[in-house]
Amino acid sequence: MTSSQKTESFFWAKTYVHLAAGLVISSIFLLLVMIFIFAGPALFDQGHRSIFTWQWNPYQGQFGILPMLMGSMILSVSALLLALPLAISLCSLLLTAPRRLSARLIHMVIRFMTAIPTVVYAFAGVLLLTPLVRFSFGGSGLSWLTATFVLVLLILPTMVLVLNSGLKPKLDDLCPQGLAMGLDRLDLLWFFVFPHTKKTFLAAGLLGFGRAVGDTLIPLMLAGNAPQVPMDLGQSLRTLSAHMALVTANEVGGAAYSSLFMAGALLLGISALVSLISRALVTS
Amino acid sequence: MKRPLIFHVFRSSMGLSAALVLGCVGTLFFFLLLKGLPTWGTELFFGDTAPMDAIMGKAPVWEGIWPAFMGTLCLMTVTMGLVLLPGIGCGIFLAEYATPLWKKRVNTAIDLLAGAPSIVMGLFGFTLILFLRRAFFPEANTCLFLAAGCLSLLVTPVLVVNTREALEAVPSSIKLAATSLGLSKNQIIFCLAVPMAVRGIVSGSILAMGRCAEDTAVIMLTGAVANAGLPSSLWAKFEALPFTIYYTMAHYQSQEELNLAFGAALLLLFLATAMVALAKLLEVGHKLFWQGERPSVLQ
Repeated sequence: MTSSQKTESFFWAKTYVHLAAGLVISSIFLLLVMIFIFAGPALFDQGHRSIFTWQWNPYQGQFGILPMLMGSMILSVSALLLALPLAISLCSLLLTAPRRLSARLIHMVIRFMTAIPTVVYAFAGVLLLTPLVRFSFGGSGLSWLTATFVLVLLILPTMVLVLNSGLKPKLDDLCPQGLAMGLDRLDLLWFFVFPHTKKTFLAAGLLGFGRAVGDTLIPLMLAGNAPQVPMDLGQSLRTLSAHMALVTANEVGGAAYSSLFMAGALLLGISALVSLISRALVTS
Repeated sequence: MKRPLIFHVFRSSMGLSAALVLGCVGTLFFFLLLKGLPTWGTELFFGDTAPMDAIMGKAPVWEGIWPAFMGTLCLMTVTMGLVLLPGIGCGIFLAEYATPLWKKRVNTAIDLLAGAPSIVMGLFGFTLILFLRRAFFPEANTCLFLAAGCLSLLVTPVLVVNTREALEAVPSSIKLAATSLGLSKNQIIFCLAVPMAVRGIVSGSILAMGRCAEDTAVIMLTGAVANAGLPSSLWAKFEALPFTIYYTMAHYQSQEELNLAFGAALLLLFLATAMVALAKLLEVGHKLFWQGERPSVLQ
């Protein structure tokens, strides 16, 4: 192969790499543009009243999606509130006893959990958890509480991974001197690492929240999908994501579609905000 | 040293939370295994149809998960066909060619995409079809190709980030030595760095395949249906394992139908776990080879 041929072949390789990057970037743009363009008319056409209200009743012309927005928020926040302490204590166990059998078992299980499809979580949740909830709270068993428990399992591995990668370097730095002073690893973690890693906690919480808001199958199959704001943990609720799946599945019709696009735009907006903030936290 | 009460509470909560999570995941796994494993057999896949006829496509399968299984395989193949070249290319661009400013921009965009909920990707496909119907093709409809396109958007970040990290794991000393021997930048990238990173790139691709096998929300909005038979063309509706599980769970009438869902759920769980495990194995091997030390299993 002569030298000019070789340059030629690298020219194509270089072009391919740049084209590929361009393609990926432009498809991300296309995604954002399409979602927001379709959501636009819902904002401007019918005034703000019909979409941003508290009543969802398509057969009487009421297309409010505020209950769904509320449902997404309270479900994700409650899952997060349960998952964060769990994730912190699991991560501490991994960090303070890395060689113990229990920690290795937890390692394996966390890795296994990242691989479980959300539809499988939801499927097992319906069969295992719903009867329990029905037995103790009455009703159908499809409720805020049920969906929260299963969502906790879904977001837990992500949060443990983020916490682990943020806390481990700091603890490792402190270890030789700290252990020599007679403190154990948990002391170091609790008194010296935790007070200085608020950003890591925040990033882990945000990522967990993002996953919880975006998940569709668990709320769809476990939360009962009544378009209302639940008053207690035993009541059913509907999230934005489940709402989207239901509207497309039932093909309610034209006016309902605008609520679908609005729900999509809201979800995309929330998740974009979450990724941008957690990115800023991690890089700063 | 005097430690506050909350410290002791926290110390004992570590074991408790571990037991709780182990208990939940263990129950879930063994429940699926106990209920799902007995259903495995030709009955589960092919129903009453003779297996050979079903595999050759001579006879339709009505009461089995064979069409859904084939649908998932087709979906994975088409998606990987669409996403491999752009995803890997974008990863190489990020690791080797991008200026710091572009690196920041592209990484932010990839982060946005990685954080976007999968149902939004499905909605994107849905809006595309509505747009095509209004503008060009009145008969456009959701189909296998559309679902694969949206799924490829979903798994792009996985592929890009893994390719980038695999390339960054190649030691800079090798690049330095190659430069001092007079190799050009392009030669170093395409003749040294990329071949050395191949194992990491393959691991990322397997991870991406796993993601596209398990995702349900995207295909729900872009053409998965309960009864379509074997996938007939790129422009037809199709069946897929995750959608079958969801649909059966929502509509089952008898224990037999529920058993079908159990079998499908266990199959999907095995498929997803096997892919993640394989990807992890390759990645650990890649890092072990180039960085000399065993990386933390969790990172």
